[in-house]
Amino acid sequence: MNSTFKITLLFFLLLFLQVFVLNNINFLGYINPYLYIAFVFYYPLKENRFTILFLSFLLGLLVDFFSDSGGIHAFSLLTIAYLRVFFIKLYFKKVLVDFPFFKLKAEPFGKVFNYVVTLTLIHHFILFSFSNFSFQNFSDVLSNTLFSGIFTLILFFLTSYIFIKEE
Amino acid sequence: MQQIIYFFQKFKYFLFYLFLTILSFAFTFNNLNFHKSKFVNSANSITGGFYSQVSNISEYFSLKEENKRLSEENTRLKNQIEKTSLRLSIDSTIIDSSKYHQKYTFTSAKIIKNDFTKAFNFLTINRGKKDGIQKEMAVINSLGIIGITDNTSNSYTRVQSILNKNSKINARLKGNTAYFGSLEWDGNAYNTVQLFDIPRQAPIKIGDTIETGGKSTIFPEGIPIGTISKLYEGNTANHKMDVKLFNDMSNLVYVKVLKSLDKKEIQSLEITEDE
Repeated sequence: MNSTFKITLLFFLLLFLQVFVLNNINFLGYINPYLYIAFVFYYPLKENRFTILFLSFLLGLLVDFFSDSGGIHAFSLLTIAYLRVFFIKLYFKKVLVDFPFFKLKAEPFGKVFNYVVTLTLIHHFILFSFSNFSFQNFSDVLSNTLFSGIFTLILFFLTSYIFIKEE
Repeated sequence: MQQIIYFFQKFKYFLFYLFLTILSFAFTFNNLNFHKSKFVNSANSITGGFYSQVSNISEYFSLKEENKRLSEENTRLKNQIEKTSLRLSIDSTIIDSSKYHQKYTFTSAKIIKNDFTKAFNFLTINRGKKDGIQKEMAVINSLGIIGITDNTSNSYTRVQSILNKNSKINARLKGNTAYFGSLEWDGNAYNTVQLFDIPRQAPIKIGDTIETGGKSTIFPEGIPIGTISKLYEGNTANHKMDVKLFNDMSNLVYVKVLKSLDKKEIQSLEITEDE
């Protein structure tokens, strides 16, 4: 499988998984995982960043279309796609020449964990702040961010442990 | 000139990010505005088509409760027919002033997508322009109100749920008094909405039934909403109370869309010259 095909498959798989399955979980009434952000983690690191910015915007917007939420998923996914390079440089100490060889599963688990947790919490915090859209119920935003974030992270690490095989 | 090109070269990713951010902000703000939301919604043929496929499968899971609800409604309607035929057989005509004289048509529809966990919830139903659905029609079921239609495409419609922070519905106490207020939602529990602006002198107690007030052109009078579950004490201006809904908003399948036939006539009276 070439990489374009893989990315397309991942894109639509995550979209449909999110809107038809994960958006309807409502664990304890309101906690949903947002696994579609795995797209940003698994998209290969390239020097040209226009494609990932555009694709993550598009994926977020399609999730928005299905869940009637305006542009909040688009904005939050776009933001972590933009911040990704900064955190890769910070946590994995990579420079521009290392980018084509960067693979998430080849890195030590501790660093991957920090990186994924940071981006997930940023994404969830932006998402819930905008979906609440006021400073009332701000504690709800924080608790939603925390619980949904934990749910997303458990799901992300489980699926990547199960489905991504060592090559 | 070279400076400008250099600037664009250096900040190209940030500028692209900024451009897409502004775009998503525009979608978000438009979506929050009831009269402007046009573009991003689930009432288009692609998302609507997907959702109706999925709901064809998932409706089996709530079939039992839906059947029970239907049979209860049938019993209630049959009882009503019996009552009227009894009254018609009596010689002297009774003029029942409590009957409402309003003209509405009903269209049945199926909910293909339901939300109740967010602060701004929307439903999608499988009827659209070709079934005569327009913006701002009432959506109800046998237990009570559901929402107001928002965006329509050819065969799908998005409904602004009563569980939406923008929703505002005229409501009143059921019974002899005609005190009315407005029904809103604070975004917390999906089975409780808030009623504001009922006058202080109105006799209210916990357990009183709330129904639609008929002061708007969207909802007819007397559609049930819920019962008062909590009164807030204290001298606040808006006199807030909690209303527990009759409907379980997390478990809805079939609904009815109401078209008001007198809406144009009423609205034409309300338009004033200086507007």
